[in-house]
Amino acid sequence: MTARADLPGAPGGVATGEPVGDATCEPVGDATCDAVGEPTGDAVGRAGLLWDAAAAGDEYAAVDVVVAALDDGMDMESLLMDVVAPVQARVGREWAANRITVAQEHTITAVNERVLAALALHPAARGSAPTRPAPHGPAPRSPAPHGSAPARPRGRVTVACIDGEWHAFPARILTEVLRLRGWRVDHLGAQVPTPHLIAHLHRTGPDVVALSSSIATRLPAAHAAITACQATGTPVLAGGAAFGPDGRYARLLGADAWAPDARSAADGLDAGLPPRPAPGRQAVDDLPHLDDQEYTLVVQSARRLVRQVMDGLRERIPAMAAYTPQQLRHTAEDVAHIVEFLGTALYLDDPELFGGFLAWTGEILAARGVPARVLLPALDLLAERLTDFPRTSGMLAYGHETLRAATTDARRAPADDGSGGGA
Amino acid sequence: MTGATSEAEHGPAGTVWRSAPYPVLLVGGDGVIEHVNDAARALPAMAAPGVPLADAVPAWLAEAHRLVTEDASGSAAPVRGLIGDRAFEAHPAPGGGSRVTWWLVDATDHERVAEALRLERKRTAFLAEASNELLSSLNLDRCMEVTVRLAARHLADAALVILPAAGRRHPVAYCGPDGRVVRENPVVDPREVPGLAEALRGFPPVPSRWIDPAAAPGWLARDELGEPGSMVVTALPGHGVPAGALVLLRRSDHASFSEGEEVFARLFAARAGAAMSAARLYAEQAAITETLMRELLPPATRGLDGVELAARYRPAGATELVGGDFYDLHPAAEPGGESLLVLGDVCGKGLEAAVFTGRIRTTLHALLPVAGDHGRLLGLLNDVLLRGDSRTFVTLVLASVRRDGPRATVRLTSAGHLPPLVLRADGRVEEVATRGTLIGMLETVTATTVTVELEPGDTCLLYTDGVTEARGGPLGDELFGEQRLREELEQCAGMPPEALTERVQMLAAQWTGGGDHDDVAVIAITAPRAGRGTLPPGVGVS
Repeated sequence: MTARADLPGAPGGVATGEPVGDATCEPVGDATCDAVGEPTGDAVGRAGLLWDAAAAGDEYAAVDVVVAALDDGMDMESLLMDVVAPVQARVGREWAANRITVAQEHTITAVNERVLAALALHPAARGSAPTRPAPHGPAPRSPAPHGSAPARPRGRVTVACIDGEWHAFPARILTEVLRLRGWRVDHLGAQVPTPHLIAHLHRTGPDVVALSSSIATRLPAAHAAITACQATGTPVLAGGAAFGPDGRYARLLGADAWAPDARSAADGLDAGLPPRPAPGRQAVDDLPHLDDQEYTLVVQSARRLVRQVMDGLRERIPAMAAYTPQQLRHTAEDVAHIVEFLGTALYLDDPELFGGFLAWTGEILAARGVPARVLLPALDLLAERLTDFPRTSGMLAYGHETLRAATTDARRAPADDGSGGGA
Repeated sequence: MTGATSEAEHGPAGTVWRSAPYPVLLVGGDGVIEHVNDAARALPAMAAPGVPLADAVPAWLAEAHRLVTEDASGSAAPVRGLIGDRAFEAHPAPGGGSRVTWWLVDATDHERVAEALRLERKRTAFLAEASNELLSSLNLDRCMEVTVRLAARHLADAALVILPAAGRRHPVAYCGPDGRVVRENPVVDPREVPGLAEALRGFPPVPSRWIDPAAAPGWLARDELGEPGSMVVTALPGHGVPAGALVLLRRSDHASFSEGEEVFARLFAARAGAAMSAARLYAEQAAITETLMRELLPPATRGLDGVELAARYRPAGATELVGGDFYDLHPAAEPGGESLLVLGDVCGKGLEAAVFTGRIRTTLHALLPVAGDHGRLLGLLNDVLLRGDSRTFVTLVLASVRRDGPRATVRLTSAGHLPPLVLRADGRVEEVATRGTLIGMLETVTATTVTVELEPGDTCLLYTDGVTEARGGPLGDELFGEQRLREELEQCAGMPPEALTERVQMLAAQWTGGGDHDDVAVIAITAPRAGRGTLPPGVGVS
């Protein structure tokens, strides 16, 4: 559990939420990016070309790939959903398998964002309806040139990422798809503080707000944002890997709608807006188990728990005496992530979330040549310090069992290529 | 005979029975009344011994008696009904043989109180719901929609909110019996509607009975409603001036508005008007703030003539948009010229600090002609700030950037600010050795300017102490620090500038976790790698 990059910083957000319930399936990255239908072979080929260009940091070649796709008759939405989004989803997979570095994942994301920006300016993003007048002036980045046909927009949508959520790409894709379909979209971008979001809702009064989150540990913040949006009478559409592959956490946290990807989200909104939520609901109404205060107590003592576990690890693992400061820091960060996911699992009362995180972390470590069982002593030390909390103890026992089973399987399957794709 | 009469007069229980405060009827198996007490004689009914019950009491009681006598189980629940104009609860008590004694309890007052309570509870629940919904939004359109929807559902068959004219048009929200809200902006004359012009100008309400609903124009009483039966026009009280007017319409087959209902409608209108006024005030304040704030927000980043550029800014407070960190870009006047970039940090946080950054940015803009000499520029800025009335100071970095073939030349001067870092394409991180005094405190300022050559793929990073002084980390109490920043940057070689600035901002934010953080501003200036160049203006990620 050393010498590796920070977990939740991984663009693509595969970390999180995604492996819940089935840690052996291939991570799908940002759920909002992934197409539901099978992309055509043509799209898969172009996605490969775009990946190569982005991985080389060559945005000119990358823009050429997508412009060529449009010139060859691919429609803009398919291009976004079946070529651009899969490339972004692949970033998370490649990082997890240790095939790209943190610098590369940021570079690929930056190039892909430039591709999106270039596509938003492309005439195809302005729709092909001949009756529409040309947009006035060049006005780059203005929302005006978007939207396919209707002179009157279908409705107004606010798209935002949860506070603390850095993965802006799935939300960007949704924004572009909704604009293509004629919605008026206010795109607020990454990590929007909830007070800013609510102020925006009061000012603009949208028909619906779409909230994106890729990292499961943002779910408590997502819950606060969902409730606050609904308190203004604005229905919430939730999306992103954090809400679970089947949207289970979106339902649990009271979102008015959930969509697995941008295309389904747009289809859902086209079919009809969710009804306005009734005011007066509070976050704790959804999660009565929070009454036991275990979530609050664990989260409030998180830093102290990390220090105690680090002290305990130094006693139990003599090799740690030889760790470099950087190795020690990575170890402490791993422990901090474990505590953070434990808190989130307590918030949602879902041991599978915790188990899934540990199994996924085990794969990440394995891909970097570190045996996943190094996490077990940290779990034991946590359990020793949290014996007074029955729900927490249950989570830790479940996590321990999940991780032990995963490492046993890995030892029995020496043919594993170490790609992290299967345990 | 005498004995029988005595029994008939006094009943089986004697005088107790006779003087009972409730009417009592003893009915024989043949359905004929055998005994009545004094209270029963006072009933507005023909109850007397020897009279068949069916002839003496209303049908509901006779029917109840039939059911009681037919029901062998003997169990019978009390029944309710009117005798004359009073409400009674009749309790049957099986007597000897097939006789039944009916005890009648006068429930008139009880029912009246219960009905009043039910109505009051309904109104309270409605007002609570209305307050909840109205208070939840600070959006005027939404408040109008909520108002007409609630009014049409609870108070009338259809409702309209009419706002004071904006120009010649009145914003209108209409909700009909189907609960669907329609928004319009028609040109209408409020004087066409009895009471409307008065309500919009804040005069006391015109009583409903004075308003002839047949006179209402078509945009008000719509076809779906049929012939309107009654109408209420009431002002929506605002902050000194009415927020608008509320019109309630009822069909002709619906009871017209009672005085109590009109008073209640005004109670509702008071809440709706307060909510709409607050929403209007919020919108006005937000518009003012937005206008004033526009000058203080950081500018959009663009590529400079052959040099890639990205900048990011995040204010400290979750509720703030601006703070004490700032940056500014001044592209070269002509191709091949020098562009000036500024990144700085004024003492303090929040709006006051932001206003000060605005003054500094404006002053620097005016001093652009001397940007060729950083020392002179800083000296002039220092003079301006010392002459000003503010007791605060600023640290900043000036970067003059010029494209030089495939390379970029950057002249850097720090005035009391953290030294810039240069990240080479191979991962080496170098600190730029520029030093200077902060601005706005001392009579004279000194600074050294250092010129750096950026080879293709090299990046120069300017940042504020919000990055290095971020406190947190896995153990919760460590500074992020310059050393950690340099180690992280070593892993970032070759990143495009927008990826690099995002990475730096993300590291600082994750380091603090959910804890407090300071303002953070970051600028990255990159000499494009071979084969890469800047995208057209506006394409860069801000």
